[in-house]
Amino acid sequence: MTAWFESFGMPYGWAWFVATIIGILVIALPLMLAVAMIIYADRKIWAAMALRRGPNVVGPLGLLQSFADGLKVFLQETIIPSAANKGLFILAPIITFTVALIVWAVVPFQVGVVLADINVGLLYVLAASSLGVYGVIIAGWASNSKYPFFSALRAAAQMVSYEVSIGFVLISVVLWAGTFNLSGIVEAQRNIYPFLPVNGFGFNLLLFPMAVVFLISSMAETARTPFDLTEAESELVAGYQTEYSSMAFALYWLGEYANVLLMCALNAILFWGGYLPPLDWAPLYYVPGIIWLFAKILFFFFVFSWVKATVPRYRYDQLMRLGWKVFLPLSLLWVFLVSGFLMLTRTGVL
Amino acid sequence: MSVTQTLKAFTLWEFIGAHWTTLKYFFKPKATINYPFEKNPISPRFRGEHALRRYPNGEERCIACKLCEAICPAQAITIEAEPRADGSRRTTRYDIDMTKCIYCGLCQEACPVDAIVEGPNFEFSTETREELIYDKAKLLDNGDRWERAIAANLAADAPYR
Repeated sequence: MTAWFESFGMPYGWAWFVATIIGILVIALPLMLAVAMIIYADRKIWAAMALRRGPNVVGPLGLLQSFADGLKVFLQETIIPSAANKGLFILAPIITFTVALIVWAVVPFQVGVVLADINVGLLYVLAASSLGVYGVIIAGWASNSKYPFFSALRAAAQMVSYEVSIGFVLISVVLWAGTFNLSGIVEAQRNIYPFLPVNGFGFNLLLFPMAVVFLISSMAETARTPFDLTEAESELVAGYQTEYSSMAFALYWLGEYANVLLMCALNAILFWGGYLPPLDWAPLYYVPGIIWLFAKILFFFFVFSWVKATVPRYRYDQLMRLGWKVFLPLSLLWVFLVSGFLMLTRTGVL
Repeated sequence: MSVTQTLKAFTLWEFIGAHWTTLKYFFKPKATINYPFEKNPISPRFRGEHALRRYPNGEERCIACKLCEAICPAQAITIEAEPRADGSRRTTRYDIDMTKCIYCGLCQEACPVDAIVEGPNFEFSTETREELIYDKAKLLDNGDRWERAIAANLAADAPYR
């Protein structure tokens, strides 16, 4: 696109700038729309599994429910507690929201369609998604209120714990793909077996357990239901969001669901072939890659909602036990297994 | 931990079973009704919003005996009475504080002339507290508005009293 703007006589710097801004808008605006629809889908799926109907009044089948909620929240008064640290209190939801958006820069939507095709894409994802916890911690501290503070402490411990095992899972993926570039990782999943035409590391028996560990860890990382200790409403009112109202609250809501979508996308990209069709079969390639990616994201979102509707919340010590005493040794062992397997096969020893 | 337990733990056996159950429920017909558009049937004994009834000739039934005021466990009813110009005993004031009322139905049971009744209406939420302090005019108006339903309910319940 930069070259297209340059053809109008723009200098390169300006053409790059305009092209990047347009690229950001092209990703961020549909993402916001997707988040609104995904909140609706989440409520619908959850309701259906509880034998309820879910939102069905606003718009056809209740499709406009999220927009009605957004409008309501927008018209409400923003309340800043008098004891709160005002600057940080306002900054915190902005951080959460921004961090949830920036990671999408490296997500490949199709062959060659990615905003920033950087070589350390996966490191960028890890770094940026770790920053997300700052939004929660700052909110908890700046609210100057007990429940948000408890929630912030929980969030810090929880996200750090699960990031460790996520890190090791990513290492085994990176070892297998041989690159940190997300497009490269997707391309490495093309036709992984010579005898079975499938695309995706998840079909690899050695990597499949890691796909499961990553799926569960990504639920913990986004604080979804079995691990939603940070906003355990029966204990902490609404967790770190307790003191928030109006648009600041909505920003948390949007950021949270953008993060969930991102984690679904990462599941799809790292283990299930991203924009590739699941089977390496020529007619499936007529469907554009972006459709495959969206289908996979939606599938994983369904799984997230499904888990939310099924599994009760973990106790805090159970959460920590799962993170440190099950996932960490397991993923560490798998790094060892994967690297050993690769060393033996790719160096020709075996 | 036994071998089978370990295997079950690591294959997420129980979780998969649980998810299969919820998936089956996902496709089941839904149990909830579309409330504002469709409503569950309610019993003739349903104790909803209060109403003061009239006789068919338009005369109000209440004779200001104050039994309802006396029995009301929440002390939500306030009655003042005076003889009217024609010599009959009627209320000058009949207030029910609906924010105090516990909808026990004892006023209805106590009433010797079926004047105060709890009708089938349960959708009378208001935006202010003051609107929930009902006076005589409001209660009589309720009676006029709901008379057919109330009479039908009383008739349906009569064999069991």
